[in-house]
Amino acid sequence: MAAASPLRLWLTTSEPRSRMQARLGGLYQGFRRLARNPTAVVGLAVVVLLVLVAAFAPLLATHSPTAGGDLRTERLLPPGPVFWLGTDDQARDIYSRIIYGSRLTLTVVVLVTVIATPIGLAIGTISGYFGGWIDRVLMRITDIFLAFPRLVLALAFVAALGPGIENAIIAIAITAWPPYARLARAETLTIRNSDFIHAVRLQGGSSTRILLKHVVPLCLSSVTVRVTLDMAGIILTAAGLGFLGLGAQPPTPEWGTMIAQGRRFLIDQWWVAAMPGIAIFVVSLGFNLLGDGLRDVLDPRSVR
Amino acid sequence: MGLAIVRRGFGAAVFAALLAATPALAATPKDTLVQAWMIDDIISLDPAEIFEISTTEIAGNTYERLIGYDLDDVSKIFGVVAESWTVSEDGKTITFKIREGRKFASGNPITAADVEFSLQRAVLLDKSPAFIINQFGITKDNVKDAIRATGDYTLDFTMDRPYAPSFALYALTSSVASVVDRKLVLEHESNGDFGYEWLKTHYAGSGPFTIRDWRANEVAVLERNPNYSGTPAPLSRVIYRHIPETATQRILLEKGDVDIARNLGPEEIAAVSKNADIKIQSAPKGTLYYLGLNQKNPNLAKPEVREALKYLVDYEAIADTIMKNQANVHQAFLPKGFLGAVNDNPYKLDIDKAKALLAKAGLPDGFTVTMDVRSSQPITGVAEAIQSTFAKAGVKLEIIPGDGKQTLTKYRARTHDIYIGVWGPDYQDPHTNAQTFASNPDNKDDASSKTLAWRNAWETPELGKEVDAAILERDPAKRAALYEAMQREVMADGPFVIMFQQTENAAERANVKGFIMGPSFDNNLATATSKE
Amino acid sequence: MSLDQGALAARPERRGAAALAVLSGIAGFLLTLAITLFGLVVVTFVIGRVVPIDPVLAVVGDRASGDVYARVRAEMGLDLPLIEQFRIYLVKAVTGDFGRSVLTTNPVIADIRTYFPATIELATLGTVIGTLIGIPLGVFAAVRSGSLADQIVRIVGLVGYSVPIFWLGLMALLLFYARLDWVAGPGRLDIAYDYMVAPVTGMVTVDALMQGQTEVFWNAVSHLVLPACLLGYFSLAYISRMTRALLLNELGQEYVITARVKGLSETRVIWRHALRNAAVPLLTVVVLSYATLLEGSVLTETVFAWPGIGSYITNSLQNADMNAVLGGTLVVGAAFVTLNLLSDLLYRLLDPRTR
Repeated sequence: MAAASPLRLWLTTSEPRSRMQARLGGLYQGFRRLARNPTAVVGLAVVVLLVLVAAFAPLLATHSPTAGGDLRTERLLPPGPVFWLGTDDQARDIYSRIIYGSRLTLTVVVLVTVIATPIGLAIGTISGYFGGWIDRVLMRITDIFLAFPRLVLALAFVAALGPGIENAIIAIAITAWPPYARLARAETLTIRNSDFIHAVRLQGGSSTRILLKHVVPLCLSSVTVRVTLDMAGIILTAAGLGFLGLGAQPPTPEWGTMIAQGRRFLIDQWWVAAMPGIAIFVVSLGFNLLGDGLRDVLDPRSVR
Repeated sequence: MGLAIVRRGFGAAVFAALLAATPALAATPKDTLVQAWMIDDIISLDPAEIFEISTTEIAGNTYERLIGYDLDDVSKIFGVVAESWTVSEDGKTITFKIREGRKFASGNPITAADVEFSLQRAVLLDKSPAFIINQFGITKDNVKDAIRATGDYTLDFTMDRPYAPSFALYALTSSVASVVDRKLVLEHESNGDFGYEWLKTHYAGSGPFTIRDWRANEVAVLERNPNYSGTPAPLSRVIYRHIPETATQRILLEKGDVDIARNLGPEEIAAVSKNADIKIQSAPKGTLYYLGLNQKNPNLAKPEVREALKYLVDYEAIADTIMKNQANVHQAFLPKGFLGAVNDNPYKLDIDKAKALLAKAGLPDGFTVTMDVRSSQPITGVAEAIQSTFAKAGVKLEIIPGDGKQTLTKYRARTHDIYIGVWGPDYQDPHTNAQTFASNPDNKDDASSKTLAWRNAWETPELGKEVDAAILERDPAKRAALYEAMQREVMADGPFVIMFQQTENAAERANVKGFIMGPSFDNNLATATSKE
Repeated sequence: MSLDQGALAARPERRGAAALAVLSGIAGFLLTLAITLFGLVVVTFVIGRVVPIDPVLAVVGDRASGDVYARVRAEMGLDLPLIEQFRIYLVKAVTGDFGRSVLTTNPVIADIRTYFPATIELATLGTVIGTLIGIPLGVFAAVRSGSLADQIVRIVGLVGYSVPIFWLGLMALLLFYARLDWVAGPGRLDIAYDYMVAPVTGMVTVDALMQGQTEVFWNAVSHLVLPACLLGYFSLAYISRMTRALLLNELGQEYVITARVKGLSETRVIWRHALRNAAVPLLTVVVLSYATLLEGSVLTETVFAWPGIGSYITNSLQNADMNAVLGGTLVVGAAFVTLNLLSDLLYRLLDPRTR
């Protein structure tokens, strides 16, 4: 080990002088733990790559993602030097569509996570922690949403709100939170009677404080695992809506819809569905690897 | 450890056993024709209610009507249940002579009383297709007098005006005029419903096949009618299997588990036609693909804009690629094969001309407009292709995808801008399409007649009169000329961009012989089909 | 009243208390079920009103005359005030009279009796496959966490999770049915076997066995196995990931270290101690995954032409056939709630920490 930089020393000190320093130090330690895990780094790289591709899509694309070429000569071409990943049934360049589609995927994934996770966590932990009638009311609401066939609920929402990617996102978010709530509640139930929670309570910690500082962080790991696992599911639910005609509006290059449209050519013009399929696969793999890495970092219990 | 291995081995064995269970029975039985088709549109098997594509075909195979027409030359009409007919001098009454000695599948004889019952029943039940008979001035109130058996084997059909005889006769070839077994149906009548509840899921006809079973979204089974009075069908059974995914249909066909796949797309047709065991049969249908331009939209209401959009569809390229072998370019409202149909297609993709027209309309930079599109192929593909050519003249087309019923709801409420639609004639007479494309007697929002002209809020004060006049013209040549003039007018000024006429395809195993595909959906027949 | 209570209080026998607990548990369960079902009735009603699809269209078609349209609309009660419509809807739902489905013309109850068993058949076998393979895989991955084997398990699972099921389904059909001929094709039975078993439970495999029709049974199995494996693969992905995560949690706990220090074999530590403690949350995972499969996978059902409840509800929704949507959703919902509460109950019974 070379001489440590002052910054690193500051971050890794065992005697932080301020709360800020402690927190940043914690983050740094977490990052280092993440960095030690090679698969997590791969996952992080994929996610960063997704963000970069989305940001620089116009520079990376070779053709227009929406305007079709000559139907007679440029339709359903296999991958080649001009169209790197082939063309679809409207003679559009699949490579450029996938590049631009990353923007939509990112939007869908981020928005759904940002909407659904906090709702699920809040309802689940409150329900599990307080118990009693609060638990009963919240869990009944959760059950009603959970008990409703998911795609049907999403379909109904999109039908009511009108098609389009924004409405699809809202619909998916509305259907995505109940499993997180149940999971968070189950976790909360197992920890709410543990000694350290009793200890905090004896010290006069408020319920809000206990929930936010102790319960939520402990639930976060399993919910994170679930959310990252769901990333692919979220993208595919959007695809399912597209399959049933209520997803992204054509010619929007949404990956799931691209697969759904390409399924007519699955056997002979395999690339039309396979290319966006590979894109979804790589991104979900990335999120999964990252999610597992995060789990190790976020879960205080797994510190070894 | 040893135990673990044993356990694992056992698991693998079970899995392998499951996978290799019973090999499927290869090929279908020789006396059975199995068709893979989308039959989720079936909602009733009662001929008085049947109006969907798949039920119309089933009715065509299982019920008989008074008269039929030659599938190769639809102008030749012949008797089926009827032996002959005469038109009265005032042109208002058609007297049918019913063939004697023929039977229903139940064994009951076919008499004029059955025909009277069937036609009256259709009017009195007043289901969707009832209007086909209503348009001759026959209503619930006067049907008992208008349709009357005058003897055991004679029947009078009396109309309010002297309509062109071919118009009335063609209407009587449609499935709503199927002859049902009066005695059998009445045995199942409850609360004076003319046996409607029962006939919805049962059969009471006299056609070459009987309907044995229908399980919604799964299967419909036809069986040879042992009491059929005509040439018996060579097949003893025809099975329609509901296979919603076209790729699945293709796999089943290639495997030989179905004999005919009915919904393959152009690429799939091209792929299977390379297979020596499979052949393709196709027939032009009367179905038209068109764009409806809502005249409530101020931009679309401008005549120059309507014309410009007609120059902004690449008809030929779409017909050669996305709709290959599924459609031909056709721009008049009467499909090829109809009396008076106009078969030349004046419009071609011409961006410069369209731009000039748009500039003349005061929209040199184009405009933005939405189009409601049913999410199914080939409609979506065609819509996207149109979107891309519209864009070349600055017309920004926003596609609103939706399920079929959803887009239709909007269309009927006239809240669309552009609607990409499909229209199939209800019977073989030109009036069916003339009425819907060129007649709009009441343009108010709550009008009872919701013709396509009404749906696009297109007022047709002059054209409507022409439509009404044409049904009274009894000279076929003059009548044809009237329809030709109407088509030219709609083509030039109407709010319809009529684009294609459908060609229906069926991919068949090579051993299937004699499957008939006629010009209309009710004459896709398995009645003479056999397998080698 | 007070006497009874006194009598009960005076006899604090364990058996009596347990019976009371069970009774109150059942009462609570029924109440919960009722509340949830009421919630579903409300939600389906609202959906039926906000979905911009004209329900009359599905009955009369596009070309009916204005009079027919108006008559059917009145027959369907759509011209009544909303609150009155809701009252009728509620009364119907409570009395179990869901009316007829417009699309199939059958009473909705009869439809559910044919469609739901088809889904149960598929979902059950799928979950069994997913659990039997998923849990061992998850354990394996947790024990070798970070190794190449762990990564392989992860990727195998992930493929199942991130590849659209219609793509995988069609590919599997192409390979196992069309090319290799290992399994039968789409549908529930070969046409030759159709009508050979009388539907009792509606599950063809069970009915065939009950009626001693082994040949039909094997044919049904050969139709069932491919879609079930696909659904199994799908739930395997989820179950193995959760198993891995849960087990890793347990392996970090002190008692595991204690057990190891005590010299217990690693197999024993993992299977007897760690997995046992993880079993309770794992049960929730399996039940949730089973419940999800019970909703029916529209896409799988479409590819395999499987007449299940998922496509039934979706199809009905797209035609605004609200009778069918309500009936289907309530049944799926009831099954879901029951399973959920069951897992909840087991959770309380099994996990000492939640007592």
